Amino acid sequence: MANADLKANRPLSPHLQIYKLIVTMVMSILHRITGAALYFGTILMAFWLVCAAAGPESYQFAMDVFGSFLGRLVLFGFTWALVHHMLGGLRHFVWDMGHGFELSTANWMARATIIGSVSLTVILWIIGFIVA
Amino acid sequence: MSDMRTPLAKVRGLGSAKDGTTHFWRQRITAVANVFLISFFVILVIALQGADYASFTQALQNPVIATLLLLVILVGCLHMKLGMQVIIEDYIHSEGLKLLLVMGNIFFASIIALSSVVAVLKISFGG
Repeated sequence: MANADLKANRPLSPHLQIYKLIVTMVMSILHRITGAALYFGTILMAFWLVCAAAGPESYQFAMDVFGSFLGRLVLFGFTWALVHHMLGGLRHFVWDMGHGFELSTANWMARATIIGSVSLTVILWIIGFIVA
Repeated sequence: MSDMRTPLAKVRGLGSAKDGTTHFWRQRITAVANVFLISFFVILVIALQGADYASFTQALQNPVIATLLLLVILVGCLHMKLGMQVIIEDYIHSEGLKLLLVMGNIFFASIIALSSVVAVLKISFGG
C-alpha cells in the first residue's frame, strides 16, 4: 500500500458516469426515467378529461392541442414511455418470481425490452393512422 | 454480527417504517392491474382519436368504459404515487425537503386522480 499511487487518475468512488453503459443498466435507468415521465404525463390525461367535461368548445381545444405537430410528438413519446415502462415491469415480474437472473437471460430480456417497446410503439401508431 | 432476531420478530416489527412490505406489495398489485388497464387505455385512446364531442361523451356514458377508465385513473395514480415516492427517497437526502416532496407527491397524485375521476363521472352521468 505504501507504494500505491494515490494521486493517479482513477475512480475513487463509483458513479453512474464512470461505468461503461451496459444494456441492463440502461434499461434500469430508462425504467425509472419513463416512470417519472409518465408521472408528469398524467397531467395530459387530466387535461384531456377535464376539458371534455367542461364542454364541447374546450374539448375541441384539447383535441387541437393533441392534434398539433407538437402534441402528436409528445403523445408519441408518451406512448413509447408507457410501452417501455410496461415491458420493463413485465421483466420485473419475471425477476420477482425468482427467474431470469442469469447474465445471458438478463441481457436478452433487456434487449427485448427496448426492441419491443420501439416496435410496439410504431405498430400502435400505424394502427392509429389506419383506424383514423 | 449475526442477527439473533427470529423471522417472526422481524415480521412483527415491520421494519423502521412500520409498514413492512406494504409499499412493495401495493406497487406489484397495481403493476399487475395496470398491464390490463393501460392496455385498455391505449386501445380506448386510439379508438377515440379525433372523435367529435358527441361520440366521445357517448363512449364515456357506456358504464363498462367509464368503470374501466376510472380504474385506469385510480390504479395508475396509486402506482405512480408509490413509484415517485421511491425516487424521492432514493435521491433526496435532506430530511425537510424529502418530507415536503413526499407530501407534494401525495397532493399531486390526488389532484390528478380526483380531477380526472370527477371529469369522467360528469361526462358519464350525462354532463
